[in-house]
Amino acid sequence: MEKSTVFNNRLLPYLLLLPQLVITVVFFYWPASQAIWQSFLREDAFGLVSEFVGLENYQALFAQPEYYRSMLTTVIFSTLVAALSLSIALLFATQADKNLKAAPAYKTLMIWPYAVAPAVAGVLWFFMFQPSLGMLARPLRGMGLDWNPLLNENHAMMLVVMASVWKQISYNFLFFLAGLQSIPKSVIEAGAIDGARPVRRFWTIIFPLLSPTTFFLLVVNVVYVFFDTFGIIDAVTGGGPAGATTTMVYKVYADGRLGGDLGGSAAQSVVLMVIVIALTAIQFRYVERKVQY
Amino acid sequence: MAFRQFGPAAAITAALAFATPAHAVTEIQWWHAMTGGNNDIVNKLAEEFNASQSDYKVVPSYKGSYPDTMNAGIAAFRAGNAPHIMQVFEVGTATMMSATGAIKPVYQLMKDAGEPFDPKAYLPTITGYYSTSKGDMLSFPFNSSSTVMWINKDELKKAGVTEIPKTWPEVFEAAKKLKAAGHATCGFSNAWASWVHIEQFSAWHNVPIGTKANGLDGFDTELKFNSPLHVKHLQNLVDLQKDKTYDYGGRTSTNEARFGSGECAIFLTSSGYYATAKGTAKFDFTSAPMPYYPDVAGAPQNSIIGGASLWVMGGKKPEEYKGVAKFFTFLSDTNRQAKLHQESGYLPITKAAYEKSIKDGFYEKNPTLQTPLKELTNKEPTENSRGLRFGNMVQMRDLWSEEIEAALAGKKSAKEALDAAVSRGNAVLRTFEKTAK
Repeated sequence: MEKSTVFNNRLLPYLLLLPQLVITVVFFYWPASQAIWQSFLREDAFGLVSEFVGLENYQALFAQPEYYRSMLTTVIFSTLVAALSLSIALLFATQADKNLKAAPAYKTLMIWPYAVAPAVAGVLWFFMFQPSLGMLARPLRGMGLDWNPLLNENHAMMLVVMASVWKQISYNFLFFLAGLQSIPKSVIEAGAIDGARPVRRFWTIIFPLLSPTTFFLLVVNVVYVFFDTFGIIDAVTGGGPAGATTTMVYKVYADGRLGGDLGGSAAQSVVLMVIVIALTAIQFRYVERKVQY
Repeated sequence: MAFRQFGPAAAITAALAFATPAHAVTEIQWWHAMTGGNNDIVNKLAEEFNASQSDYKVVPSYKGSYPDTMNAGIAAFRAGNAPHIMQVFEVGTATMMSATGAIKPVYQLMKDAGEPFDPKAYLPTITGYYSTSKGDMLSFPFNSSSTVMWINKDELKKAGVTEIPKTWPEVFEAAKKLKAAGHATCGFSNAWASWVHIEQFSAWHNVPIGTKANGLDGFDTELKFNSPLHVKHLQNLVDLQKDKTYDYGGRTSTNEARFGSGECAIFLTSSGYYATAKGTAKFDFTSAPMPYYPDVAGAPQNSIIGGASLWVMGGKKPEEYKGVAKFFTFLSDTNRQAKLHQESGYLPITKAAYEKSIKDGFYEKNPTLQTPLKELTNKEPTENSRGLRFGNMVQMRDLWSEEIEAALAGKKSAKEALDAAVSRGNAVLRTFEKTAK
């Protein structure tokens, strides 16, 4: 009484895969190959003159000390944003997972910021911390702190990190919460009966069981900080002061879109793409080993 | 199947599109970046023009900020459907100019269309910015402004500053008095850091920003703004930043509100800030010419403009160009220009409109609006003060500001910062030169 259907059509599996393949080709491989091709060209903004220059754009790029600086900035920025947004979201999710009366309201409020566009989030934070008018900057200044993200590099970095973290917490929160709810209560109760306190239960039972979610979020967050944060940076600091918040992706945007240097910008995005591919590969190769499915 | 249906459907759509007007009206697309009150002015101008004749219809559309509008226009050109008229901010001038074939020079347009056009009728300090070295006008100036020093008269009086400072040393003194009188966080400040402290500063002191008349005479220009005078000025700002007698106000206009809120009583920014100041400032304010160093021979020279001009895109039909030319003639009309200037605060672009405003007694009631005009026409422009034209200027302004910020934050000396700004800027210029040929 085995119930199985045999599809004899050899084309069918490919046909079923086709929509996804088309989307990947059109929205990833096609633009990526365009970027690679463009990185070998020198073009004016209008595309009137186009000249093949080989690796010249890359040579010019790696001759810029500012480029190495933006790499370092990216490392600092992405580590801070990924670490903070993951840990804060996890904290919030564990709190929301408890049996609270206001839990639904709390959850909804937590998810809201995700609906805010990056640029809007940037403007919001910019105004709250605008040195002389911002509602949060004034108390800071009142306490005697010389809050000045326009000139102080650390202040500017703090500001873009806060805005980017705030924006990402909702997303992480949602996944952590779902992850927490799928952990069988019986396992946790068994731990409790054996006398494990809440903190110990968290680190020895919940956290390992949550690792698939954490791993997934790590990958997504790294991609987020690498690619999706330029809107926030553009609105909050414009990459300043003195390039202190110019991450690699912001430099791609600034040089290409604002500067009209399409070849140089394309070369940067190719480098960025290689880095993110490498990072993701490393994560899957090494970090995933520690994941318990 | 789908394709077979597409044919008739397209034909019907096309028929509907062409059938509606009683007779052929040529549409002229105008892409711009004007918001708020300025947006209303753009729409009103188009309406008036459309009502004044029945052959052409100017259709304005807002395309976002200045860089957004320019990028939208460039992308549209690459896709083969550029607008007829595109508003481009002054720093995009070199990029537009070098795009031979993508643009239709205005002097050519007016000649082809047989419209009366005398380049001498326009204010030379304004058109110089948008003309070739031979004086051929490439784009049509629309909204022009210049840097002025905004003054909070009430606060100056309170601080015991009896006269509006004219020179930089006087500004520094006044700022110290203001700081002592309670302006602890800001003696004076400015918006548009590189525009004010490098570009306008150089022109006003008749020193070069770059060789080849600041790039107007060719793209093989080199930057020169690391002279001892520039270093001295930046060093002064760095010294005053330490105790906030001067407080840096950023690369764009976002901190202009510090003047309106009363925090900064002396603030250098565009004359176009007038409308906002009028709306927000709850004190007696005025504008004054930019300060200068009295020990520099010949200073003050004349200021240069900011703002935007209208570029005509290439590859359109002669009939459409005729409409664009008629629209420009319409905009140049003396009464219209004078009215536009008096209502919006933009500079008038024709000499006649300026003279009419003087004759009308407009400036006696509104002296603030004459300050930029006095600056622009202060002296006959020299090689150093005709304007500037550097490729990839948007990118360049950012890296100049980066270096100014590095100096103000104490990371670099004033000299190191300006040297770096010059050498990094030159690298950008060389890249541009290679693509601009």
